[in-house]
Amino acid sequence: MKPSGNAGDADAATDSAGLATRGRTLGILIPTIWLLLFFAIPFLFVVKISLSEAAYSVPPVSDLLVWQDGWPVLQATWANFALVLTDSLYVQALYGALRIALIATALTLLIGYPMAYGIARAEPGMRSLLLLLVILPFWTSFLIRVYAWSTLLQDQGMINNALIWLGIVEEPVRMLNTEFAVLLGIVYSYLPFMILPLYATLERLDGTLLEASADLGARPFTTFWRVTLPLSLPGVAAGCLLVFIPAAGEFVIPELLGGPDTLMIGKILWQEFFNNRDWPVASALATILLLLLIGPILLLDRTQSKAESA
Amino acid sequence: MGVAQDTDALVSIQGVVKDFGGVRAVDTVDLEIRRGEFFSLLGGSGCGKTTLLRMLGGFETPTAGRILIDGQDMADVPAYRRPVNMMFQSYALFPHMSVERNVAFGLEQDRVGRAERDQRVSEALEMVQLADFGRRKPHQLSGGQRQRVALARALVKRPKLLLLDEPLAALDRKLREKTQFELANIQEKVGITFIMVTHDQEEAMTLSDRLAVMNAGRIVQVGTPGDIYEFPANRLVGEFIGTINVFEGHLDADSGMVRCAGLDLPILLEERIGTGGSRGETVAIGIRPEKMRIRKIDRASEASDVGAGTDAAPLAANALTGHIEDIAYLGDLSIFHVRLADGRKVQVSRTNITRRRDEPLTWEDAVAVDWDAAAPVVLHQ
Repeated sequence: MKPSGNAGDADAATDSAGLATRGRTLGILIPTIWLLLFFAIPFLFVVKISLSEAAYSVPPVSDLLVWQDGWPVLQATWANFALVLTDSLYVQALYGALRIALIATALTLLIGYPMAYGIARAEPGMRSLLLLLVILPFWTSFLIRVYAWSTLLQDQGMINNALIWLGIVEEPVRMLNTEFAVLLGIVYSYLPFMILPLYATLERLDGTLLEASADLGARPFTTFWRVTLPLSLPGVAAGCLLVFIPAAGEFVIPELLGGPDTLMIGKILWQEFFNNRDWPVASALATILLLLLIGPILLLDRTQSKAESA
Repeated sequence: MGVAQDTDALVSIQGVVKDFGGVRAVDTVDLEIRRGEFFSLLGGSGCGKTTLLRMLGGFETPTAGRILIDGQDMADVPAYRRPVNMMFQSYALFPHMSVERNVAFGLEQDRVGRAERDQRVSEALEMVQLADFGRRKPHQLSGGQRQRVALARALVKRPKLLLLDEPLAALDRKLREKTQFELANIQEKVGITFIMVTHDQEEAMTLSDRLAVMNAGRIVQVGTPGDIYEFPANRLVGEFIGTINVFEGHLDADSGMVRCAGLDLPILLEERIGTGGSRGETVAIGIRPEKMRIRKIDRASEASDVGAGTDAAPLAANALTGHIEDIAYLGDLSIFHVRLADGRKVQVSRTNITRRRDEPLTWEDAVAVDWDAAAPVVLHQ
């Protein structure tokens, strides 16, 4: 009877293994379908439009496939990409967006890290209160919060009035419609996206590692530099991406706070799409922006899988 | 000053108190630990032993009292400047550094030159038999290997004092026994003073030169493992370390006899250790199970065999009768649970020095248990 019993066990084992595999497949299938429906297919539309030509039609693009003699003919053009990559307006806007996003990300990290560290080290009861305060601005519309800055920053705004009243400056400092205002707006708006992932890694950090470092003779700064910071790198990477990616495509903040010389790709994209109604160029811009942002995303993926294996 | 200094003492703990928000974790501890000693702090969870260790390491500040290490007051010395290293219960290895980098970390803080550092790291890894594992990351090691890396990392700086927080708790039983001996050998070789915190009395007995039993933040008894096992200061120590049968009775100071309710014969004390000596004083007497002998008696002759004033009367004291309620056969030992007439239970253990197939003693047998006058010890409450 033994052999058959064993066979039955083996069947049961393969059955449960099969079930587990099926469960896993299903688990992967759902996000895959989601991404396909709401990212891949729309993105293919964007790519398709970027390869077409602008036309006076609805929608204002030419068809990619044209019927000639009963045969479909592909009428794709690289002209939009060529324009976007050679015209200095677009190149400068791309460069400007990446530069401002990079500076803003660095500033957010510098401000957000100490805040996240402080919250993670606070008393447990205090922690949730502090986190709530970090998220609190989300309860007001993003648009209103950014718009509020424009009244604060303007020449007759509260900040300039206060500076003049205090005698620090004699004439209002031009702040609104400068790059400074754009950076301020981005740092202010995206700070929570930096703090939250940083807090998550710092809060999980094993306190005995810090004690062990001190025990081995490391001063507090050395402990931070050699233990805390390296172990929080996944949080740093996540926070930086969460700030950098939306900041690079930001439209509202440069529109409301920036000046005419603040070239950011998000603003140009908007203009191409809505003012010039040149969908193909706008789509080409969007495609290039996405390709530029894939690099940092892959980098994050790498650091995170590395952190998980450790 | 006031407190007499033991010249041999490396660590001197003087009236140390630690409160955590109104809860007293460590309550007025005075303790001297000698140079080169393997010392253990033994106690149940929440007895304050780990807090005391953490105060030595500099991770907690005493609410009151002083800690001297090598004659130097540690009050204003932060953890990173103490001549002390600690092996953490969780090992606390840096997960982002290789084994080598972990061990080298402490030497780097001391600005030890590269050549000497490499030399000392490889020596330390060799000592714990991990010479070939230097390039691995902690997560690629087994529990036992991690434990040894933690030991190497703590010892490589050659501290005056090594603190070990439950160093073997995370290992399985077999590995723990093996590691105990390794730890003792390494301590002998390096000659560094070790202070270990443990809740495992066997571990403390095996490894320590001396140990302190702690309860509710206080030190109950300090001594060699032998002192503590054979002469427990009180009932708590006796019951915490090993098993002990406790009888309460009235002491007759002149004869050294203790009459206990429920026992037919009195207990005769050879030494009247530390008893006040007033007639009729109530004392608790402890007798270890292995210091008792057990033999079968005839149920019919039970009354005449043991009992006051029988013919030959070889036993006028230090004996009792009952019947076997339970037997635990452990191979090397058998432990008999003997139920007395009044319902109390006594444990008697017997070394199985002869090999036999049939155990002559079995359940429900009537037995007589006796012991030498040197066996009982007076327990202070």
